[in-house]
Amino acid sequence: MEAHTETTTQAGQILASATGGKRRAGDRIFSNAAVIAAVTVLAILAGVAIFLIIKSAPAVTASSSELPEGKSLVDYIAPLAFGTILAATVAVVIAVPLAVAVALFISHIAPRRIANTLAYIVDLLAAIPSIIYGLWGIFVLGPAMVPILDWLVDKLGFIPFFEGPASVTGRTMLTAGLVLAVMILPIVSAVAREVFAQTPRRLEEGALALGATRWEMIRMAVLPFGKSAVISGSMLGLGRALGETMAVTIILSVSGIVSFDLVSQENPTPIAANIALQFPESSGIDVNALIASGLVLFAITLVVNMIARLIISRSNIQ
Amino acid sequence: MADTPRDENPAAAFEPDDQINPLGGGAVASGTLPSWFLEAVVGGAALLALAILLVTGSFTIVLLFILTFAVALPTAYILSRLTETRRQAFDRLMTLSIVAAFGVAVAPLISLLYEVVKRGVKGLDVAFFTESARGVIGAGGGAQHAIIGTLVITGVATLISVPIGIMAAIYLNEYGTGRLRRALTFFVDVMTGIPSIVAGLFAYALFAIFLGPGIRLGIIGSVALTVLMIPIVIRSAEEILKIVPNHLREAAYALGTPKWKVVTRIVLPTALAGLVTGVMLAVARVIGETAPLLVTTGVIDSVNTDPFSGRMQNLAVYAYSEYKDPGVDVQASYDKAWAAALTLIVIVMVLSLLARWIYRRFGTDLR
Repeated sequence: MEAHTETTTQAGQILASATGGKRRAGDRIFSNAAVIAAVTVLAILAGVAIFLIIKSAPAVTASSSELPEGKSLVDYIAPLAFGTILAATVAVVIAVPLAVAVALFISHIAPRRIANTLAYIVDLLAAIPSIIYGLWGIFVLGPAMVPILDWLVDKLGFIPFFEGPASVTGRTMLTAGLVLAVMILPIVSAVAREVFAQTPRRLEEGALALGATRWEMIRMAVLPFGKSAVISGSMLGLGRALGETMAVTIILSVSGIVSFDLVSQENPTPIAANIALQFPESSGIDVNALIASGLVLFAITLVVNMIARLIISRSNIQ
Repeated sequence: MADTPRDENPAAAFEPDDQINPLGGGAVASGTLPSWFLEAVVGGAALLALAILLVTGSFTIVLLFILTFAVALPTAYILSRLTETRRQAFDRLMTLSIVAAFGVAVAPLISLLYEVVKRGVKGLDVAFFTESARGVIGAGGGAQHAIIGTLVITGVATLISVPIGIMAAIYLNEYGTGRLRRALTFFVDVMTGIPSIVAGLFAYALFAIFLGPGIRLGIIGSVALTVLMIPIVIRSAEEILKIVPNHLREAAYALGTPKWKVVTRIVLPTALAGLVTGVMLAVARVIGETAPLLVTTGVIDSVNTDPFSGRMQNLAVYAYSEYKDPGVDVQASYDKAWAAALTLIVIVMVLSLLARWIYRRFGTDLR
């Protein structure tokens, strides 16, 4: 398709130049405008990195006594980075199995007639603004989680994640992780679904012809074929969860500690939530420190997203 | 469970509607139970669960869902195990599990929409649309300033990102070659993953360098949203330009039309409905953004229509600040937060449904 387009384009250019002698002014202007737009987009991405670096530089050179909480920049950002990664990991662990099941349901189990509608409904989850997830998380899911948290601490308290004491408000890492999981589920399942649906018919029918049940066909033909899509979709979801701000800001009762306890009142603070909470009231060097933490977040998500995109472009997904 | 069928008819396996169709759904590849076996088990289990919950008086939809599948999963497995092979029983178990997982995934959406509508309508009155929050410390007042701010900020962001986005998509599809094209394709994908708060910090840093620290303007928010919108616009525009048939371009070239006229007179008009749809979906994606605006446009209680001077409120930040810093009447503030949430959801839904409708109604059939 692409090669074909290029040939046509060349042919068109030859014809166009044959009739006009040389490239016309309109052509020159228009193609230059297109190139400028393309370069602008790349410049914006570079600009994001450059301006964040410029604005975080004062925080890097400042002594630790000037910085917020009197800590060095590394000591300030490290617990925040921990909170970011913990929340995102909880979200991915919950979302990926569900997303794979949703993708399989839409691509291989639901009747064809309603599959598109179901896919649209799942995509709606991605369209809902994150502030609304935050309000829902704190007013609806949080209170509903309280008995579950008690139960977890009671029965599974020996696992460090559920050490407790259980929060009485439901404002915990687990609640935030659940909400993040709901928010990233559509992207993970959309990537997986697209590739599951492309499983070659001969593989599926071959498995069935050999007497496989539908589940065996899925396990032996569809899942191996879609493995890299599930991985890259999960990475994309991880990237979303890392950078997601409002839902986490509202739900967590932050305290900036480092702890693997998912069910207690005291939570590690993710970078994004810390920025949203502190930035409106900060001034001077504190702002630079916050921007430096934003730069770290940008770097983490950039790496995660680039790995995901490389996996997608390396595999045969189109 | 008495109504669960145990069809003993072995011929069912060979009926034509039970054929091997991996994508058709419904029919199972093989087995002696009828194709509606699983549906019947789930239906029976749901009735049983409903009866139990009504008798014990603890009915909630969540419990009904959990109990239904807690009954249906083992029942289906055991019944199938008794009449079919172990592998077929496992197949039915997995099928039901996947259906249950889909239910779990969609449940938050239903709960969320229900709660937003239920709690949002309380705060929605005429004043919500006609009054600002200026001088309001308790109940009363409205979100007119936030609605105006949302429209201005998103409007300016759209004005900036649509020309850049569509020209970049034209570059990718009509002109691009070599390294720049590959770099752009890759980095546009990467750009879709920029956290929205980082986009906000970028816009703030950009303006703070020129206008001094602590700056808050509507236009800064627009720039932040632009960073988020451009990759979405490029992606959708590129997809739609890609499916404009080549024979249209070839025919135009054959008549000696210069390339820029082919693009502006043939390609773009053909793709117009798709482009509009893509832009509307991009607007729907950014109109509810909170984090980037929280750090760039600030919080204010009165109407401001000028993006180049002073702070500007918008609906999402309004919902957040009504929740975070409620007035004297806390419940009234929460009601206003939910009303803003409902307004946002309605805007997003209308935009995305309208976008799809435009594509169906006016889209040239390109395939």
